[in-house]
Amino acid sequence: MTPDAASGKLPARGVDRAGVVIAAALAVLAAVLVWEASQLPSTTMYGMGPEAMPIVIAIGLVILAVGNLIDALRGNLPPRESMDPKPVWLIIAGLALLIGIIGLGGGFILATSALFVTTSAAFGRRAVLADTVIALLITTLIYLAFDKLLTLSLPAGPLERLL
Amino acid sequence: MMDTFAALAHGMAVAMQPMNLLYALIGVFLGTAVGVLPGIGPALTVALLLPVTYKLDPGGSLIMFAGIYYGGMYGGSTTAILINTPGESASMATALEGNKMAKAGRGGPALATSAIGSFVAGTIATIGLAFLAPWLVDFAVRFGPEDYFALMCVAFVTVSATFGDSPVRGLTSLFIGLTLGLVGIDKLTGQARLAFGIPELLDGVEVTTLAVGLFAVGEALFVASRRHQAEEKLEPVRGSLWMTREDWRRSWKPWLRGTLFGFPIGALPAGGAEIPTFLSYSTERRLTKHPEEFGKGAIEGVAGPEAANNASAAGTLVPLLTLGLPTSATAAMMLAGFQQYGLNPGPLLFAERPDLVWGLIASLFIANGMLLVLNLPLVGLWVRLLAIPQPWLYAGILVFATMGTIAAKPSVVELSMLAAFGVMGFLMRRFDFPIAPVVIGLILGPIAESQLRRALAISLGDPMVLLQSPMSATLLGIALIALAAPFVLRGLGRFKANED
Repeated sequence: MTPDAASGKLPARGVDRAGVVIAAALAVLAAVLVWEASQLPSTTMYGMGPEAMPIVIAIGLVILAVGNLIDALRGNLPPRESMDPKPVWLIIAGLALLIGIIGLGGGFILATSALFVTTSAAFGRRAVLADTVIALLITTLIYLAFDKLLTLSLPAGPLERLL
Repeated sequence: MMDTFAALAHGMAVAMQPMNLLYALIGVFLGTAVGVLPGIGPALTVALLLPVTYKLDPGGSLIMFAGIYYGGMYGGSTTAILINTPGESASMATALEGNKMAKAGRGGPALATSAIGSFVAGTIATIGLAFLAPWLVDFAVRFGPEDYFALMCVAFVTVSATFGDSPVRGLTSLFIGLTLGLVGIDKLTGQARLAFGIPELLDGVEVTTLAVGLFAVGEALFVASRRHQAEEKLEPVRGSLWMTREDWRRSWKPWLRGTLFGFPIGALPAGGAEIPTFLSYSTERRLTKHPEEFGKGAIEGVAGPEAANNASAAGTLVPLLTLGLPTSATAAMMLAGFQQYGLNPGPLLFAERPDLVWGLIASLFIANGMLLVLNLPLVGLWVRLLAIPQPWLYAGILVFATMGTIAAKPSVVELSMLAAFGVMGFLMRRFDFPIAPVVIGLILGPIAESQLRRALAISLGDPMVLLQSPMSATLLGIALIALAAPFVLRGLGRFKANED
């Protein structure tokens, strides 16, 4: 994004496989829209029923899938910078942990602390224990501020019940 | 004319109430604090702070919102100048010269010219808004549903196709947003679409969930993925904070010219502040008496684009308030803020809740004044926020981002959607798809559909109604030209290139 981050670009030549996948995903999305619209009973007497717009958007998506496919086959996509997949998966794992803890009733403090520690690790911190303590402190403060002061209800788990 | 003054005076009376002044102050404070964090633009600032305003009454909440909006803009330029990471493309021009000035030890004057320029531009543009809005409202009262539909088509095309890098990728983003807008119960017939039997999906996709996922989670993933190559460097503010007489002399004309670029382009449904800021930058570059300084930190290159950026932010409020038409991601978030109280901006709102609309416009003036005071002496405080180490900064952003969703709807489905939108935002950044059209498609798609269906219901299903209204026919023509233009121009460009 910064003007001088031009280093580390991959050459854009030949068929861009990621671009083909994007085009295929758009086509699948269009198919889902059409299938879903066909399940809707048409009840409207005049004008458009609820099934008309999904069809229109599906047609648009098909055209765009073709457009994206042409760009991909020509290798016309903008150059991509090299990337490190590990931190990305670490943050996604943190989000999964958060969702799991909330889903299992583990409460706000544990869930967001898990996300805090994994994100911090993804950005290169190695002091997991220290970060865990910081995360628990911060999220407990947020919980208290929102629950007691703003009376916004955040999900409570074992830790929250102690407060 | 006199009506405008009376309405504005009434709005001032509303905005000057002590409680509302306090809301405005909290708004500008939070807006600046969040906006100054690197990677967070005004749209995300508004999205993150939307849940904070849930419990307020609509008047106070909108006033706080106006403060957040302007505060986010001020904060964003501070970041652009001091660490060269513009949170949004509209700050790119500012980062270009401003960061060079900061490196040369002139960070103080760069911040000052940007803050004062923002104030000047914001004030002039808000006056423009106050006088243009009633006129446009008189005009918009006569709009039928088919005219609104056509107008939204224009907005769709200009936002996604006409001014982006690639019309195909811009339109792809828009259509993903339109698809997401279909999810949920159809308002006219009560039938569920794309809900797949999941009860949480019946209410549709929340705009805040989408925006926070795309902007906050997506940005965090993207920055993490390329952390290994780019190192951000915070420039300390050295030397005097104040502008010299020479700085003033070189700044005031760019401020005014930037305003002249920013306000009209922002007010037209032409999408975003990038065009006026870059127009302003190239104009200042051409008119300057110090061309040798450009690229090395010329104050005109900060003053002009910053003014253009703020003027266009006020400009986008013109179609938003008078027509209910958001033309930038930030404006889409503002519309979501209105909708959370069941308010629909447009001519009716001016007639039914003048206290609310004019209170909002008046509080824009107040927010602007507060920001000038808040930013100049307190800049040291904001700079300290920038010094938060990156791991904690992004961990904190993600905790705050998920907290909004957890507070609003603590369900596994909603949080999974947030995570999925985050991954989508990451992939879109990686493959260079613009983000704003998705948000605008989600929020504007259902409105456009209901206007179209209303028009067709009135005409008993005759699609010619779209062409019989001269307004709608003209607007659809404009949309078609705007859609074809980038393809035709690119074809011409290729033709010329072949000829050479």
